[in-house]
Amino acid sequence: MSLLKPSSMHRPADRRFAQPLKSFWALLTALLVTSVAPSVLAAGKTVIHEERSLYTSILVQQQRDLLCLNFTLKRADSSQSCMDVKNPQRMVFAYTRMAMSGLLFNPNPKHIMIVGLGGGTLPVALTEIFPEAKIQTVEIDPAVIGVAKRFFNFTETANNKIIQQDARVFAKRAALQKQQFDLIILDAFNGDYIPEHLMTQEFLTEVQNLLTPDGVLVANTFASSDLYAHESNTYKEVFGNFINLKGRDSGNRVVIVPQGALNPEQRTPISKDLLLAQAGALTPILSPYAVPIKRLAKDILKTINAPADWDESKRPLTDQYSPANLLRSQ
Amino acid sequence: MIPIIHLLAFCGGFIIMSFELLGGRILAPYFGSGVYVWGSIITIFMLSLAIGYLLGGRLSVKNPSPRKFAGIFAISAIFLYPMILYAQPVMEFIFQQIEDPRYGSLTAAAFLFMVPTIILGMISPYSVRLLVDNVEESGKVAGALYFTSTLGSAIGTLVTSFYLVLWFEVDTIITILTLILLSIGLIAWFFAPGQLGASKNSATNPSPGA
Repeated sequence: MSLLKPSSMHRPADRRFAQPLKSFWALLTALLVTSVAPSVLAAGKTVIHEERSLYTSILVQQQRDLLCLNFTLKRADSSQSCMDVKNPQRMVFAYTRMAMSGLLFNPNPKHIMIVGLGGGTLPVALTEIFPEAKIQTVEIDPAVIGVAKRFFNFTETANNKIIQQDARVFAKRAALQKQQFDLIILDAFNGDYIPEHLMTQEFLTEVQNLLTPDGVLVANTFASSDLYAHESNTYKEVFGNFINLKGRDSGNRVVIVPQGALNPEQRTPISKDLLLAQAGALTPILSPYAVPIKRLAKDILKTINAPADWDESKRPLTDQYSPANLLRSQ
Repeated sequence: MIPIIHLLAFCGGFIIMSFELLGGRILAPYFGSGVYVWGSIITIFMLSLAIGYLLGGRLSVKNPSPRKFAGIFAISAIFLYPMILYAQPVMEFIFQQIEDPRYGSLTAAAFLFMVPTIILGMISPYSVRLLVDNVEESGKVAGALYFTSTLGSAIGTLVTSFYLVLWFEVDTIITILTLILLSIGLIAWFFAPGQLGASKNSATNPSPGA
C-alpha cells in the first residue's frame, strides 16, 4: 500500500513555508514531536500522518497491522479509531462492536445519523450492510474527514454522506426539515471527551425528536469518573429507562434506547426470545465485522431491570450546567 | 481614592471576561462550539470594547464625576441582566433566518453581547480620567489601570472557567455578575466622591465636602 511508504510520511505542511520560516517551523515541530517520541518509538509505532486541525491534533500511526487515528499528541496511546489493514472489516474496538448491537432493536434501518466520523468505522460498516440506507455522518472537523478518506477507506456516496457541521446545529436544522432517523449513533469525541454541548438534556431531547417511533438511539460514552453518574442521569431524565451496556474489559459504556422517541410506558418490552432470535439472524451479517452479537444480546438481557450502578442524586447536565470536562477530572 | 477606582476597574475587567466566556456557553446550543463561534464572540467583544473605549473617553471630557462613573456600572447591569430572558428567543430567531452558523453566531453575538460590552468598555478610559492629576503622571496612571483591569480580566476568565461553571448555571452566573456590577456601582456612588474630592478638586475646590 503506497500510503504506508515512509517517504510520503513527512509533514506536508513543511512545503508551504518559505525558507526563513522553515527553520522556525522545524524547531517548533521538533519540540512537539520530541515530547511524544519516546512512547511512539517504544511501542514500535510508525507515524503515517500528523496534522494539527482547528479542533485537535490528528495523528495516524501504524503498529503492525493496526492503523490507528489519535486525536491528541499527549496521550498517544488512546486511539479514536483503528483499522486492521489486513482485514479492514474487523472492528478493532469494543465500543464499535457494542454500538452495532443497536441493530438488535431495529435490524433494518433506512435512515441513519451518526455524530462523529473518526476513522469512519461505523458508517463504512453500515453502508456495506445496508447499501440502500441513507446514512448521514456529522463531523465538524474537515481535517478528520480528509484523514478518513485518505487513510481509512472512507468514500462518500449518494447514500453515505458526510455533513461538515457541528452536530448541535445539524440536529436543530434536521428538526426544522422534519428529518427522522431509524438509528442515531452519538460518537462525537474530541481529544478529551464528548464536547460539552453534545451531552446536555436539551441536545438529547433534540436528538430524541429526530427518531422514528421504532428508532434506536446508541451513544458511546465512558463508564468512569463522576461524569458517568451525571451523564447517566441526563439520559434517564430524557429517555427514562435505557440499556446500560458496559464493555467487559474496556471502560466503555454504550447507552442504547430502543424506541427512544416514545414514552417509556409506550415502548414494547424487550423479550428475551425475540432478542436472541434477532441476534441469531444478525450473526452471519455481523460476523465479518467480528461483532459478537449473541454475546452482546446476552449482556443486554442482563442489564435490563438492573439497578442503577451510579449515584442517582448527581445533577443531570443541561445547557445551563454542563461542566462535563471538569466533572470528568473529579 | 486610588484603591477604590482600581477595585472598580478590576471588577470591570473581571466581568467583561467572565461574560465573554459565558458567551461561548450561551451560543453553543444554537451555533455549536466550533472555532468560528469563538471567532464571532471575540470579534464582537473586541469591537464593542473599542467602541466603549471611544465613548468612555468622550464621556470623561465633560464634568467627569464619580457619580457618572457609578452610572456606567448601573447601566451595564441593566443591559446585562435581561440576557437571561431574551437570549433564547433571539437565538431561535437568528437560527431560523441565517443558515450559515458562522454568520448566525456573529449576528447572535452582536445582538446579545454588544450593548453591555460597549458600556463595560467605558469603564477603563473613564477611570483613567478620574485618576489622572497631571500630564506627567498620565502614562503611569493609565498603565496602572490597565494593569488592574487586565488582571481582573485574567482572574475573571480563570474563576469562571474553572469554578463558576462547575458550581452554578449560566443564568445564575449572569445574575451574580449583575449583582457585582450593581454593588460596585453603589460603592462608586457613595464612597468614591469623598475620596476623589480630596485630590481631584484640590485645585478648584479646596473643601472636599461631606
